[in-house]
Amino acid sequence: MSLKRKDLLSISSLSPEEIDLILEAAEPFKEVSGREIKKVPALRGKTVVNLFFEPSTRTSTSFELAAKRLSADVINFSPGSSSVVKGETLLDTARNIESMQADIIVLRHSSSGAAESLARHVRSSVINAGDGWHEHPTQGLLDLFTIKEKKGRLSGLSVAIVGDVAHSRVARSDIHALLKMGAEVRVVGPPTMIPAFIERMGVKVFSNFDAALPGVDVIIMLRLQLERQGRSLFPSMREYATLYGLNSERVQRTGTDLLVMHPGPINRGVEISHEVADSSQAAILDQVSNGVAVRMGLMYLLSQLQ
Amino acid sequence: MRTLIKGGQVIDPGRMNQMADILIEDGKIHTIDVNLQPTLKNPESVTIIDAKGLIVCPGFIDLHVHFREPGFEYKETIATGVDSAVAGGFTTVCCMPNTNPVNDSQSITDFILRQAKIADKARVFPIGAITKGSKGEELAEIGELHQAGCVAISDDGIPVMNSLVMRRAMEYARAFDLPVIDHCEDSHLSAGGAMNEGFVSTELGIPGIPNAAEEVMVARNIFLAELTQSRLHLPHVSTIGSVRLLRDAKSRGVSVTAEACPHHFSLTEEAVRTFDTNAKMNPPLRTDADVQAVKGALKDGSIDVIATDHAPHAVHEKQRQFDNAPFGIIGLESALPLTLNLVEDGVLTIEQAIAKLTCEPARVFKLPFGTLALGADADVTLIDPKKSWTLDPSRLRSKSRNTPFAGWTMKGQVVKTLVGGRVVYEAE
Repeated sequence: MSLKRKDLLSISSLSPEEIDLILEAAEPFKEVSGREIKKVPALRGKTVVNLFFEPSTRTSTSFELAAKRLSADVINFSPGSSSVVKGETLLDTARNIESMQADIIVLRHSSSGAAESLARHVRSSVINAGDGWHEHPTQGLLDLFTIKEKKGRLSGLSVAIVGDVAHSRVARSDIHALLKMGAEVRVVGPPTMIPAFIERMGVKVFSNFDAALPGVDVIIMLRLQLERQGRSLFPSMREYATLYGLNSERVQRTGTDLLVMHPGPINRGVEISHEVADSSQAAILDQVSNGVAVRMGLMYLLSQLQ
Repeated sequence: MRTLIKGGQVIDPGRMNQMADILIEDGKIHTIDVNLQPTLKNPESVTIIDAKGLIVCPGFIDLHVHFREPGFEYKETIATGVDSAVAGGFTTVCCMPNTNPVNDSQSITDFILRQAKIADKARVFPIGAITKGSKGEELAEIGELHQAGCVAISDDGIPVMNSLVMRRAMEYARAFDLPVIDHCEDSHLSAGGAMNEGFVSTELGIPGIPNAAEEVMVARNIFLAELTQSRLHLPHVSTIGSVRLLRDAKSRGVSVTAEACPHHFSLTEEAVRTFDTNAKMNPPLRTDADVQAVKGALKDGSIDVIATDHAPHAVHEKQRQFDNAPFGIIGLESALPLTLNLVEDGVLTIEQAIAKLTCEPARVFKLPFGTLALGADADVTLIDPKKSWTLDPSRLRSKSRNTPFAGWTMKGQVVKTLVGGRVVYEAE
């Protein structure tokens, strides 16, 4: 079994079968990361280029670790965000990288659609590591992996995604991923952070966090981009924390054995309280370690095709 | 110098729609009648153009083009612009002032007219700036722009956000009977936006431009036109709400005219799904409901004119990522077949469709063209309405290639274009 595609650009373009395939491929690699010698030769002789036009620590580290544990040669390339403003460099940079015979290009870019346009122009496999507000598909996959690991299933679960959905690529990938796998999705946030017609994606929209809580099995808290304050999206961090922050009381109100997730990095005391972030229900660090396994599984599958 | 256009279906909207011959003498329409050939004196000295199976109509007039000269000659020059115009059947074009420097003075207007004269194809009428440098602060020398040959004023892509400045501009322009064009967009509401705000922008994660960004400015401009009793022209109407406001204003007798662009009645926001930067323009492609409203307004006359907003950009600029790519597409060479689609779909009659490209724009800017009246300048376009062709961007006359219609099968082709009786374009 292999993925019948060159690239991983979005969750929206994947079938449920392909998602299952990637999640299954990740399983054995999770075990690899627990060994004393955390390395397998699956990608030996292959070159993986991490092309990050936007600053990122955890995603680029996760991809780097995943590629190295697969024995690939890894190059980290961060052209910096100043060239993004001019915009012309992505294609030229990518062509340069391709000329160095990169097998896989992992792209992070501030523009929605960047990974799709890159994939059209290069022969290398392209993995979207986040494009603008559009998608962050490996985050969606690792979230599914984590939920499945903790809950034993995806279908029939009720999942709330809380915060700035409008400006979140994580939210879009999670929504597509969860709906495709049969979960129910509730999005929660002030109407200034909920994008137009999102209910047409098949989600339920709540502006009152408390009303969304009963019966929820999983809550994914989105990181509040603090720099958005002052752009009339929310009046103050204080009010945001009161209305949309996850605290122990709200965890109680779900009435379920709640799983708490967050793509990180977390703003303690803003979208999530100390107690909840450090509680046994929080799977935030599991998400990080599962991220490496999922990215290993994905790169393994993409390299099978080459 | 005499030319006979023989055996075509002559459509001069509101005046004539029949099989006839047209005799052109000294660059003017001399006679129109059935079977003129036998009556000609010295028939050997007459150039015959066989128009059998063709529609013969007044040359098209485009109230909204960007020819990029001076300043952005790598996108388009006046010479390549008029080449593209006549290939699309346009014999008269009005060019927007967003050049570098901005056309806010007599000397720039003079320069544009001089370049147009050198190019010597389509007639070019400049549109002057409303404010100095199109900065929205101080009025440009509107009187001198008028004297130099500007036929309207606009700050083009930059909306005049200050309502008092707009009021004064409208009042002042009244002295010269100049139409005032405002790109209707509240720049606070649209800030950062790159496509229509709706379900598609939500799925793609591209910042949106809501319909309201256009509509609040349409409403403001209508109220100001009422207050100042001036001539308001609304460019590129794209939303259902703008159509509603326009209809209401016209029914109350406000002096307002409007144009629609072929892309706004041919495409929806769905065209952006592939992140195609050639589907990025401002105002953006809207929803099907908006497209239907624009068609309805063309049908009932609320929208007077079809204009292209021909906006050339270089390949490397459109190769940027969607949010960083410039707004705008070229349109002169695809306008006719896209307009004829409205006839095919039963939205317009062929006569109405041609009117939106000829006598209607002439009326809006009070230009003495767009007609085949006896004695008029012989600006004539010959169309093969049945001819199908595939749009290949590399074969267009424009210097730029930024069209979302690449690969489309187009029905209806410009066969010949005459300006002042002289053939300036012939299809290969």
